[in-house]
Amino acid sequence: MSLWELANPTLFMRLSGRMLPVLWVLAAATLATGLIWGFFGTPEEARQGASVKILFIHVPAAMMAINIYAMMFVTSLVWLIRRHHVSALAARAAAPVGATMTVLALLTGAFWGQPIWGAPWDWDPRLTSFFILFLFYLGYIALWAAIEDPDKAADLTSVLALVGSVFALLSRYAVNFWNQGLHQDATLSLDSRTNIDNAFWVPLLICIAGYFLLFLALLLVRTRTEIRARRLRALMLSGVH
Amino acid sequence: MRAARALLLRELALALRSGGGAGLGLAFFLIVLLIAPLGIGPELGLLSRVAPGLIWIAALLACLLSLDRLFQADLEDGSLDVLALSPLPMEAVVALKALAHWLTTGLPLVVAAPVLALTLALPGPAYLPMVIGLLIGTPALSFIGAVGAALTVGIRRGGLLLSLLVLPLYIPTLIFGAQAAIRAGRGLDPATPLLLTGAITLFTLALAPFAAAAALRINLR
Amino acid sequence: MPELGKYAFAVLSSYAVTLIGIAVLIAITLWRARKVRRDLARAETMMRRRHE
Repeated sequence: MSLWELANPTLFMRLSGRMLPVLWVLAAATLATGLIWGFFGTPEEARQGASVKILFIHVPAAMMAINIYAMMFVTSLVWLIRRHHVSALAARAAAPVGATMTVLALLTGAFWGQPIWGAPWDWDPRLTSFFILFLFYLGYIALWAAIEDPDKAADLTSVLALVGSVFALLSRYAVNFWNQGLHQDATLSLDSRTNIDNAFWVPLLICIAGYFLLFLALLLVRTRTEIRARRLRALMLSGVH
Repeated sequence: MRAARALLLRELALALRSGGGAGLGLAFFLIVLLIAPLGIGPELGLLSRVAPGLIWIAALLACLLSLDRLFQADLEDGSLDVLALSPLPMEAVVALKALAHWLTTGLPLVVAAPVLALTLALPGPAYLPMVIGLLIGTPALSFIGAVGAALTVGIRRGGLLLSLLVLPLYIPTLIFGAQAAIRAGRGLDPATPLLLTGAITLFTLALAPFAAAAALRINLR
Repeated sequence: MPELGKYAFAVLSSYAVTLIGIAVLIAITLWRARKVRRDLARAETMMRRRHE
């Protein structure tokens, strides 16, 4: 079976309906394991003490914030090129989740920054970029909400997602030019010398997996809801005439 | 070519006649730069430090102000449908309308900015980079704005939504443009931010007409 | 309960905010899913009745 067959709404509804219970259980189990391990089972870090426990909720939220936008870029492109409704609706369904993740990354970062940097907020490139990313999410959600006709809304928001992705990247580099920051560099890389200690690594990976599974479950539920809402709208319109 | 010239002249005539709103952007620019010191305080040392940023933010807002009418009037009276059937491709229509918007909104700001910079005590070496930055940066504001205007053209009361969509897209231009003047004011070389401002503008000139034309076609369906 | 020392406020608030945020997101998602599913079911039975 090719991936494109999933674009058939009926098949998508059947498959996602069957997958969802498993997905919810997996997400809950992974997330619970990761968070409990991270919160109760990790040692203090040499410089940052117990505040390092925020790592396990800060990093996954930040990763999801960026990756969900990337996913919206891809699904918007698929909608514009291949006209699969599931694709457009998945982008719409993902946006509020991405916006929430962006806020969570900013908030946990603020709580972490207060004791470590001495300030909850700094106009650091990374923080500023996330702030900008949040505005892009807001604009995307607002444009969906403002347009009545669903196909037109899907088209226009897809154009916005494509243009927005390009400018979000440009802003990232512009902001780097504008200010050098306090935020440390990425701690997750394949080069093990620059990596964080294994005691933090493993629970962090579990948390990232948990966030990802949670996103997948939410995405499927929300996409199913959007498909049903479209069918409902079509029924209502045909009922009027 | 004749169609292009005719369209450009029409746009300019529409903007310049009474009720066209060409002067409004400039007036708004003046007002923002008048009320900013009233809010910040009259201390010239502080004003001279924030002057480049203030001027650029005022330019952004002034450009934004007139954007929502860019395509809306033409959609309402049907001339957009006529333009869609004209020999000009939609991309060219968008580019010409954005060019007319820049000539009537962006260009006057470039001329007025050095005069207003005097009242903000802009440091001497910052004048030339600021004017050059505005000259090569403001076209990007009109062209990016055209994308936002095309996306929101069918929405009643789309003005606020337009600001929410367009202002984040203005961030790279704002940063590089303002940094040129700020760096020059501190005695640093403004060449790099100026080149980057120009790069963003060229990139936008190439990309925006296609995105805006796609959005307009969707809205005309 | 692990010893959090002077970071207790930062760590606990971060976890609280995250848990609340995720819970609200899940609640809104499920609530809207149920509402739309119910409305759709109602509309479909209405349609069917009209066609009979």
